[in-house]
Amino acid sequence: MEKEILKTDLLIIGGGAAGCYAAVTARREDPKLDVTVIEKAHIERSGCLAAGINAINAYLNPGETPESYLHYVKNDNYGLVRDDLVYSIGRGLNKVTREVEDWGLKILKDEEGNYLKRSSRSIKIEGENFKEILAAEVERSGARILNKTAALNYIKKDGRVCGAFALNLKEEKFYVIKAKSVICATGGAAGIYEPNNSGQAKHKMWYPPFNTGAGYAMGIRAGAEMTTFEMRFVALRVKDVIAPTGSFAFAGGRQVNDWGEEYLKKYNRITTAMRLYATVRENKEGRGPCYLDLGHLETEKKEQLAQSLLGMCPGIVLKWEDKQDDLSELKVEIEGTEPYIVGGHCQSGYWIGLDRSTSLPGLFAAGDVAGGAPKKYVTGAFVEGEIAAKSAVREIKKLPQNYLDLNISELITNEYQRVKSVLNNPEGYTASELEGKLQQIMENYAGGRSQYYELEASKLKQARLKLKELKAESESLKTNSLRGFLAVQELLERIDVAEVLLEHLLYREETRWPGYQSRKDFPERKKEWRKFVNSWRNPASGEIEIIEREYKSLEEYSAFADRSQKDFYLEYNL
Amino acid sequence: MAIKIDQKICDGCPDYQEGRCERICPGNLIAKDDEKAEMKRPAECWDCAACVKACPRNAISLYLPEEIGGQGTELKVQQRKKSSLWIFDKEDGSRKVYKTG
Repeated sequence: MEKEILKTDLLIIGGGAAGCYAAVTARREDPKLDVTVIEKAHIERSGCLAAGINAINAYLNPGETPESYLHYVKNDNYGLVRDDLVYSIGRGLNKVTREVEDWGLKILKDEEGNYLKRSSRSIKIEGENFKEILAAEVERSGARILNKTAALNYIKKDGRVCGAFALNLKEEKFYVIKAKSVICATGGAAGIYEPNNSGQAKHKMWYPPFNTGAGYAMGIRAGAEMTTFEMRFVALRVKDVIAPTGSFAFAGGRQVNDWGEEYLKKYNRITTAMRLYATVRENKEGRGPCYLDLGHLETEKKEQLAQSLLGMCPGIVLKWEDKQDDLSELKVEIEGTEPYIVGGHCQSGYWIGLDRSTSLPGLFAAGDVAGGAPKKYVTGAFVEGEIAAKSAVREIKKLPQNYLDLNISELITNEYQRVKSVLNNPEGYTASELEGKLQQIMENYAGGRSQYYELEASKLKQARLKLKELKAESESLKTNSLRGFLAVQELLERIDVAEVLLEHLLYREETRWPGYQSRKDFPERKKEWRKFVNSWRNPASGEIEIIEREYKSLEEYSAFADRSQKDFYLEYNL
Repeated sequence: MAIKIDQKICDGCPDYQEGRCERICPGNLIAKDDEKAEMKRPAECWDCAACVKACPRNAISLYLPEEIGGQGTELKVQQRKKSSLWIFDKEDGSRKVYKTG
């Protein structure tokens, strides 16, 4: 395995929605800047957008404002979000949407040329090729793209992040990438709990199974402050094929239980979490399964529905064609997914400032890996990519010319040896053996699907003990190929994420977000818990330490110590 | 596994350094052996259909695993300049085609 040392001004880890937008923004801000994007797979089809999407779900249609967006997101998440982050996203949503339309995204329009509305914050697109459009723009921007390159760990020298170690699977190369600033945009984590399907269908899931929490894990290991891991995201999806339910709901589908009741009417305050929680309750109490019932569908309508789903989740159309289903009476069974850790739907991730700086100097975060701002979705990830890039460019300008000359030879040797030792290990566990173990522990003791997502301290403590054993076992993993090493690395990432997740789940002694975080032993929502549960792994002791952070309303935030939010928006043109 | 690579049709993309499917797979699950592409980690397929669309010879099809009720229908996608054809070939020999774009 060859070693190669690369120097760049800005390193962007992850070529998904946030990473792509960050790369284009950085090159635009300073055309002389050397920008490198590393991507585990291939930028044309990697990340959440691989199969495409058929709607943009964070867009302000006429009548909506950044303030109304914040109000909605805050209310939907039971009053606890980072107001400043959510509001900043609200300010940028429409701008980034127009931008990607210029890049070639097809947004559907009505007869008067307005975007075709799906709801007050959602518009319809034909986004099967969305990722290809983003990739082409990154290519045009002149950023360097390293595909098939997985980040392993940050390079941290004198307390500052100044690059990352990475592995190129194709060229079998160990990269040392020195950078003046780093943006982490790796996405969230799937595969921590047992998946909905098994065997050959185990990766038939909603979130990309290849998002294994690399960015979280790198941050945890480097001592970054993380927030709200306990707010797991459980998506409500069509059973088996785990297709999105939005297309059915907006087509007029009624959410009914097996008795035909529109059961949401029985529950108070219908939020995104409640739609899931109510479904779980109906099942638990014997009124399931639950369905989205579209009733009788005209031929034209059903063809339209199938067409809109092909560019997002072709599996569901395959299922219909498999069953020779004429779709004239359409009723699809729905269920909750495995819990995911993700900052784009929920808010697990790096604790960041308005400028998207993390608690580690030199490191910024954007997209699913960044915390505090749920319901940012793809356009919110773009906004965060833009802000992070502008911040990184400003920081790079302040650094001395010779900054990248710093000596990191010892760090290089250690990380290289770590990879080598797994590759040379004659005996040990395989990644898939321990993956099953991890998922079993989390499923049974930390509120998986089979537990109706319910949590309780006694079981969480059991999980903690079992995870400790697993962690010890994970010190002896083996593989004989570089691709196998990636599987090992991905397992270790998920173990690191699970460990932090457990501490967060144990700490929050209330039920804030039904379904996502339901404590059997603390079933009520409590005023005094309207605060953030953050944590960091103390590199000296290896222990995860909890930090409480107060909730603040929008007005209480300042952008930086010396500047107001208003100055920030002027400077960042948002 | 949820994709099939027809070994009779696959030519290993002789004009490229790596197979188009191998290059595009978001899970790095496909590799080229003996001049033909092969799905190396079948259980890990996400069913995103990126490879199905990328294959220049249309050698790859998507199907549903039995575990989730798959009955053998296969999907291929032909991408043209402005539109895509989604071709479903069923076990009984019948075919259904959707056009998008």
